[in-house]
Amino acid sequence: MPPLVEVRHLVKHFPRGGGLFRPKSVVRAVDDVSFDIEEGETFALVGESGSGKSTTGRCMLRLVEPTSGQVRFRGEDVLSFPGARLRAARREMQMVFQDPYSSLNPRMRAGAIVEEPLVIHRIGATRERRERVAELFRLVGLDPAHLDRYPHEFSGGQRQRIGLARALALSPSFIIADEPVSALDVSIQAQVINLLMDLQQQLRLTYLFVAHDLRLVRHISSRVAVMYLGRIVEMGATAQIFEDAHHPYTQALLSAVPVTDPDAPRARIELEPSSVDREAPLREIAAGHWVAT
Amino acid sequence: MSDVLLAVDGLTTAFDTRAGRLTAVQGVSFEIRRGETLGLVGESGSGKSVTAFSLIRLVQPPGRVTAGRVLFQGRDLASLSEDEMREVRGAGIGFVFQEPMAALNPVMRVGDHIAEALRVHGLGTRAEARARAIDLLRAVRIADAERRVDDYPHQLSGGMRQRVMIAIALACRPPLVIADEPTTALDVTVQAQILELLREMKREFGISLLLITHDLGVVAETADRVAIMYAGRIVEQGPVRDIFRRPAHPYTRGLLASIPGGVAGSRLHAIEGAVPNLASLPPGCSFAPRCLERMPVCAAAFPEVTLLGPERSVRCHLHAGPGSRFPDPDEVPA
Repeated sequence: MPPLVEVRHLVKHFPRGGGLFRPKSVVRAVDDVSFDIEEGETFALVGESGSGKSTTGRCMLRLVEPTSGQVRFRGEDVLSFPGARLRAARREMQMVFQDPYSSLNPRMRAGAIVEEPLVIHRIGATRERRERVAELFRLVGLDPAHLDRYPHEFSGGQRQRIGLARALALSPSFIIADEPVSALDVSIQAQVINLLMDLQQQLRLTYLFVAHDLRLVRHISSRVAVMYLGRIVEMGATAQIFEDAHHPYTQALLSAVPVTDPDAPRARIELEPSSVDREAPLREIAAGHWVAT
Repeated sequence: MSDVLLAVDGLTTAFDTRAGRLTAVQGVSFEIRRGETLGLVGESGSGKSVTAFSLIRLVQPPGRVTAGRVLFQGRDLASLSEDEMREVRGAGIGFVFQEPMAALNPVMRVGDHIAEALRVHGLGTRAEARARAIDLLRAVRIADAERRVDDYPHQLSGGMRQRVMIAIALACRPPLVIADEPTTALDVTVQAQILELLREMKREFGISLLLITHDLGVVAETADRVAIMYAGRIVEQGPVRDIFRRPAHPYTRGLLASIPGGVAGSRLHAIEGAVPNLASLPPGCSFAPRCLERMPVCAAAFPEVTLLGPERSVRCHLHAGPGSRFPDPDEVPA
């Protein structure tokens, strides 16, 4: 069976500058990125700010139009879809955003926020939609009695559940979660992560998890791709990345994660930027373990 | 002079709002000794930042300190005039904020920020201040300090700006620096560098540090002692190593257990429920509604401080009185 999602040579350039005395240039936010996501797995894109991990996710749903490349979903090239076909495809591919404070319309009631995708896609009669929304509320652990509340009446964790219920409204098979818990308090993060893992089992979801928290990524992902300056520098099974990192950037990134054991030995590895060959292609050093050196 | 640099006793800060009085900080007591780092840990709304602002008398109305005492180098800060207090800020207590871009003036050069800090406190002429600024930028490991001193904040990366903030905080050689989430806005590799720098500055300048953070990993790497705040109160404090090994309060245990680790793909230990709203705190212990070990007494009264050892204290009915139950290391959830 082919992978659920195939990304090939994805490129996104943002134009920059072009001021009076400055020549135009481009930022290569995503620079020839390729990977596959298998059905049912959690694939993580990790990296620091500016690495291009969020832009990659957005390009895949065409929330940002990529400059070039291919994104195939169930074998079909999403980037070549015309408008109507793209809208249909979006029923299958949904996004959960980082900030539960700015990603929900403050003037809409929670129930209407979750219902909106059904209205846009003209699914069900009013009563059926109401029932579906209540069902979605229960699915994500919200009380359907709170359907008529506004987003500000919910806590951050509950708001993220509303965002998740909305993403699930059209019964997608693939969800891109862009830093879904990084704006939440520590004690709430675990609740939302547990919910994401439960839903994955229950609904057979496939996740692309865009994140910078490596402790979390290690816990929930089956495979990981590490991005640095717009490129994937290392990719493999979670254990390969965390226990056998080969790329100097991956090693530096892993060594920087604070450890919650005060007695743990600390060995920081500093990245020498000149040691990274930006043009090096990914090569397979073990089954499924790719490194750009 | 005593070993204790800062002694906070019963600090209480309230905000009078239309919704009624919100007590953001309630009866907070702790000490910071010379050369020591105290980590103040809490989630959003726990009152950790309000505590810091209360210490240096910078709580904005409608907030005000309603009770408690802050002794810094033996002086009661509440008794100082506004001029004397200004002298304490900067020369006595330096400050590093979370968002360096918001704390720096975008139209002032880096060196002028440091020079201003020095000159406000009457330390040196313009030329001396510039030379000292370059020294300080070198001290916080900024390469090419002679050139960087003339840069504007926007020309620096996030990590560099935070280094500049630290240089400003250290400019007048204060014995205490308060760092409020100094690495939260930074990438993890930059965070590691800034934490390393703070440790080095502690050694080189002999400062004490009050480190405010929500990240227990940052505390484990940086602090000597830790105080855990929940809904405006310190619920547990003690040496970092001891607390991480034998957390006594159910909230501390829950926080430590909710950090991802353990068996990949397994369910994480979550603390159910949400941080309570300060306007509608439950009667009794604020954590009780989320606590897996709550007892009838927990809803009746907020627990008093119980000493668990010379350095350790906790506010929890599980530990109050003779039936106190101190968990063995084996009992602590992994």
